[in-house]
Amino acid sequence: MLINRKEVEQIAVLAKLSVSEGEIDAIAASMDSVVEMINHINEADTNAVKPMANPMDAVQRLRADVVTEKSNKDKLLSLSSQVDEDYYLVPTVVE
Amino acid sequence: MEFKGIKQTAKALANKDISVQELHDMYLQRQKKHAGDLNCFINDTSALAKNQIQVAQKRINDNQSSLLTGIPLVHKDLFCTQDIHTTCGSRMLENFVAPYDATIVKNLNNAGTVTMAKANMDEFAMGSSNENSYFGAVKNPWNHSRVPGGSSGGSAVAVAAGLVPIATGSDTGGSIRQPAALCGVTGIKPTYGRASRYGMVAFASSLDQAGVFARSAQDCAYVLSDMCEFDNKDSTSAQVEKEDFSVSLGQSIKGLKVGVIPEWMDSLPESIKLTTEKSIQKLVDLGAELIEINLPTAHLAVSAYYVIAPAECSSNLSRFDGIRYGHKCENPLDLNDLYVRSRTEGFGEEVKRRIMVGTWALSAGFYDAYYRKAQKIRRLISEDFANAFDKVDIIAGPVAPEVAFEFNAKKDPVSMYKEDIYTIPSSLAGLPCLSMPIGLVDDLPVGLQLIGNKLQEAKILNVAHQYQQDTTFHKLVAEGYHE
Repeated sequence: MLINRKEVEQIAVLAKLSVSEGEIDAIAASMDSVVEMINHINEADTNAVKPMANPMDAVQRLRADVVTEKSNKDKLLSLSSQVDEDYYLVPTVVE
Repeated sequence: MEFKGIKQTAKALANKDISVQELHDMYLQRQKKHAGDLNCFINDTSALAKNQIQVAQKRINDNQSSLLTGIPLVHKDLFCTQDIHTTCGSRMLENFVAPYDATIVKNLNNAGTVTMAKANMDEFAMGSSNENSYFGAVKNPWNHSRVPGGSSGGSAVAVAAGLVPIATGSDTGGSIRQPAALCGVTGIKPTYGRASRYGMVAFASSLDQAGVFARSAQDCAYVLSDMCEFDNKDSTSAQVEKEDFSVSLGQSIKGLKVGVIPEWMDSLPESIKLTTEKSIQKLVDLGAELIEINLPTAHLAVSAYYVIAPAECSSNLSRFDGIRYGHKCENPLDLNDLYVRSRTEGFGEEVKRRIMVGTWALSAGFYDAYYRKAQKIRRLISEDFANAFDKVDIIAGPVAPEVAFEFNAKKDPVSMYKEDIYTIPSSLAGLPCLSMPIGLVDDLPVGLQLIGNKLQEAKILNVAHQYQQDTTFHKLVAEGYHE
């Protein structure tokens, strides 16, 4: 096994997903088959190769930090089910 | 009803042989008859369409119209459409109403198109069969027990069944080309950066591209021309001049050098190989010259893709936290419980698998061995293509290793991933590529893939157009969908 039960649980914690006890083996098995396929990348010698992050080898442009359009604050806040005036409501973080 | 193409329809609209409302209603009748069975639409956009019909008709009456004014379309449901639900085929976004239009939606709205629906799709564009939609699988009009391909299955089916003349889609590793092939329509993914990604729900940011489905390469060229232009709102938008991809459609392909990859042809089942060879022979009959090429690293493309795409997916989908928008769980115990349960309830199985694989590949100690290594493979594949394009003008080959398969035929994720074996290499290299219908095998459509060098959409569209001037495969319609 390339991915064991413990690793599945650890990855789920990092990914903020929960996996039930009954699902772990099936998830481990399916991830295992994916990782086995992925591992073929090791067949190529890439020591002298530069990584390619963008297929056009372009660097992400930055735009000037200026106001470009009117504020959509109310519309954006309305997408959340729990807001209070200008704030999103979340469960208590600090007692 | 026979759709005669955008150009003739625009002429009929301009001559008042038909009104925008009548054209819309003709398609609406077909949609009422077939869309439910095919399950190709998710969201209704009739209120928007009503307004767009009036605007388009006024433009036509005032002689202010362009080719696309009044032409009905559907948008894949990952393009944000202002004040209209945009679900991405996911429970996570079931109730999400987009606050703005995606740039490509805005561009097509400005051209005067009429939005008739949002098209069903694999959840967050992850899948090759359209079985991963929260809103149910889409059926292939050629055979209802077969998949339409994915992830842009709803868009491909809508065009194939004649429910709209054109549809938008998106392609990360084959999500336009493969469903186009399996449904018997023409579909193009432009060069990475050509179409703005602003307002297109992100899956894998370095691969995602918007594109078009239509009945012909000519119509694809018209739509793509209005869709694509540099967009300051997308930091990876290509800084190139806006181009009319239809201007070179009349050119002869005499002397065109077409690259063929023997390993790809030899790996095909005999019946698909024969059909593919016949279509390539047709290009030769039209004056093209065949040149054998090889892409020495392309066999590692699927492996590299399934590091890069899930890694970028895990980053992009971390924005779904149950707080600002998207699905929120009931009565969270604390902040972590809110994150975990909202995400676990909101995402489907395949999306969770890719988030998990991506999270694993990016986790401490693995970054260099997987993500960075995969990016190096990506460069090798890109260089393979660059070397090939020193010798040839375009590359022709298969789209998919098989025709449309039965529902539930691929239970193992890896067998599904291999469906994109011929489409992923050009995606990694960011190249423009299309699929066009070349005939039937077992009464199901087969496509030919044409891959162009960077920014050479016009060239592959012209080759497809020349082929379609001399053949009728792109006009084939599934039994039961003529009327």
